[in-house]
Amino acid sequence: MSLVLSIALTHVRARARQTLVGVIGVATGVGFSVMMAALMEGSQRDFVTQLVDALPHVSVTDQRREPPRQPAEGLFDMVEIRGLSTPATRPGIKNPYAIMASIEAWSPGAVAPSVQSKAVLRFAGRDTAASVIGVDPRREIGVSKLATHIVKGSLDDLYKTSNAIILGDGLARKIGARVGNSITLVGGAGRTLSANVVALSHSGVNQIDEQQSYTLIKTAQILAGQTGLVNEIRIKTLDAMDARDVAARVERETGYKSVSWLEANEDLLSAFQIRNFIMFAVVGAILLVASFGTYNIISTITHEKTRDIAIMKSIGLPARIVRRIFVLEGLIIGALGLLAGWLLGFVLSWAMGQIEFKSPFMDATRLPILYSPLHYVIAGAVALAASAVAGYFPARKAASVQPVDIIRGAS
Amino acid sequence: MTPLLEARGVTRVIGGEQPTTLVAGVDFAVAPGEFVAITGPSGSGKSSLLYLLGLLDTPTAGEVLVNGRTTKGLDEEARARLRLSQLGFVFQFHFLLPEFSALENVALPMRALGRLDDAQMRRRSFDILSSLGLADHAHKRPDQMSGGQRQRVAIARALANEPLVILADEPTGNLDTQSSAQVLSIMRGLVGETPAAGRKAVVIVTHDLDLAARADRRVHIVDGKIAAFESAAR
Repeated sequence: MSLVLSIALTHVRARARQTLVGVIGVATGVGFSVMMAALMEGSQRDFVTQLVDALPHVSVTDQRREPPRQPAEGLFDMVEIRGLSTPATRPGIKNPYAIMASIEAWSPGAVAPSVQSKAVLRFAGRDTAASVIGVDPRREIGVSKLATHIVKGSLDDLYKTSNAIILGDGLARKIGARVGNSITLVGGAGRTLSANVVALSHSGVNQIDEQQSYTLIKTAQILAGQTGLVNEIRIKTLDAMDARDVAARVERETGYKSVSWLEANEDLLSAFQIRNFIMFAVVGAILLVASFGTYNIISTITHEKTRDIAIMKSIGLPARIVRRIFVLEGLIIGALGLLAGWLLGFVLSWAMGQIEFKSPFMDATRLPILYSPLHYVIAGAVALAASAVAGYFPARKAASVQPVDIIRGAS
Repeated sequence: MTPLLEARGVTRVIGGEQPTTLVAGVDFAVAPGEFVAITGPSGSGKSSLLYLLGLLDTPTAGEVLVNGRTTKGLDEEARARLRLSQLGFVFQFHFLLPEFSALENVALPMRALGRLDDAQMRRRSFDILSSLGLADHAHKRPDQMSGGQRQRVAIARALANEPLVILADEPTGNLDTQSSAQVLSIMRGLVGETPAAGRKAVVIVTHDLDLAARADRRVHIVDGKIAAFESAAR
C-alpha cells in the first residue's frame, strides 16, 4: 500500500465517528439525487410513452398550413378577394389510399386511414356529444392500441353487425348504454343513424374514455354524409423519434398538413427540458451541501493533524504528498458515501415505486421509476468531484504548514 | 575533508516593522564523525540555528551547505528531498504519528524516500529498533510506550534513511535522568564507533551541561551569534 493511501486510511479510520458523519452526508446526497433522477426521468419517460402510444406518430389531416391560392391570384398581379367562407363539410384527403400506398412504400411501420366526425349519442333519453372515429380495424392495430384497450368484446366485432359502434367505457356510463344496446347517433348534418354497441374500450385516460367512440370507416362516412371521406391518415413509424422527418416528407409530397407527435407536443417537451434543468440544479445543490460536510470533516482532521503534518514535512515529505494525503481522505469519504448512496438511492427508488398514485384523470398507477445506470454514474461522479474539491482546500492549507512554526510551539 | 554541514554567514531575521534577528552571521561547519553541542541561554538562537542547518528554515542572508553543496536557491521540494535523504531530526517532543506503531513510524521516512521494498523496509526498521533495545515494542503505538521509549523510537526514525547528520533539539528535555542517559548514550554512539558511523555527525542543541560535556565540540550562542567554540579532549 502506498504511503499516501496508508496515512489517509489511518486518519479516516482513527476518526471513525467523523468519517461516518461525512459518509452519511455524501450517501444522503447521492441517494436522494439518484432517487430524484429516477423519479423525474421515470415520470417523464412514462408520460412520453403514454403520449406516443396514445397518439399516432404522424397525423396527416385534410388541412393545409397555408390557404390554397385562389385561381384569380395566378392570373392578376393584384387581387382583392372578399366574402370567402369556409366550407360546411370537411374536404377530406384526396386519393387517400394512393397516398397511403405511397407512404408505405418508403416508410417502414404502419399506416391507417380514419374519419373524424362529431355526433350526439342518444340512449334511453340521455344525450351526449362525442367524437365518432371511423377506423379500419385491420390497419388500426398497427397504428394505435385501440385493440388492446377493448374491455368487453373485440375490435373485430365492428364487422359482425351493421352500424356497429365501440364506446369508451366512460361514455357508455354517461348515457347508460351496455354492449348489445342499440343507440342513436345524430351527425353534424342532422343525419340520424341507429348503431349497435358491440364493445367497450378503456384507455385509462378519462378524457378519451368519456368522449370517444369508434365505428367502421363506412359508418362514419354515412354519419358525416360524405361517401369516400377520409380526413386523417395516421402513421406509426418504427422509431418514434423518426416521426418529425416522416411528417416533413409526407407534407412535402402531399401538401397536406402532417404533424408529428413531437411537433404536436412541442410545448410539453420544452417544458421537460426546463424540468430537467431544475432537476439537475436541485441534484447539484444536494450534492454541494453534502460536500460541505466532507469539507468540514477534512478541515477538522487537518486542524487536528497540524502537528503530524509539521513532523511529516520536517522529515522531508514534500508538500504535494501532504496535499495528496488529505485530498485522498476526502475521496475516501466520498467513495464510501458514494457506495452507500448508490444502495440508498436504489432502495429509495424501489420504495417510491411501491407508492400508488391516484389521479382523477387516470387509472390508479404506481409512481413511474426509471432505473438508469447513468443516474448512478452522474451522481457518483459529482459526489467524488465534490469530495475531492472539499478535500483539496483543507489539503492545500495543510501543505502550506511551516514545520518550524509548529515545532517551536510544541517544544 | 568536506564538512557534512556548513553555515556561511547565515543570518535569520523575522518580523515586519520591528524585525528581530534570530541568527546573525554565523559561520560554522560540522565534520564527519563529529558530535557537536550547541549551547546558550534561552532565546539565544540555538534552535533557530539548528532549524536553519536542518533546512527547515531559510536564511535571510548567507547559505547552508550540505555535504559541500549549497542549498541556496533550492525550492521547497528539493529542500524536502535533501532533508529526507541526508538529515535526521530528533526533537524535544517525540513527534511520532500517534496512530502508527513504532515500526511504522520508523519506516515512514523510508517509504517516503522509496529506495527499499516493503520487506527491506520492515527488516531495516526492526533492526534499528532492536539496536536501540525496542524489539519488543516494535508493534506498540506511541501511547503504549514510556517517554524514553518514544524518544528512542524518534531516534530510530531519524536514522531510517542513514542520514549524514542527525540534528537534535533538546532530545532529553522531557525525559527523566535514566532515560536521558540512555538517549545520550545512543546519540553519542552514533558517531565514531564504526566505519559507517564515522561518516555521520550529530549536532545537538541542549541546556544540559552534562550532555554538552560529552560533545566533541561545544558552540556557545548568545544573541544569535557564536560567542565561543570549545573543543573537548576525547
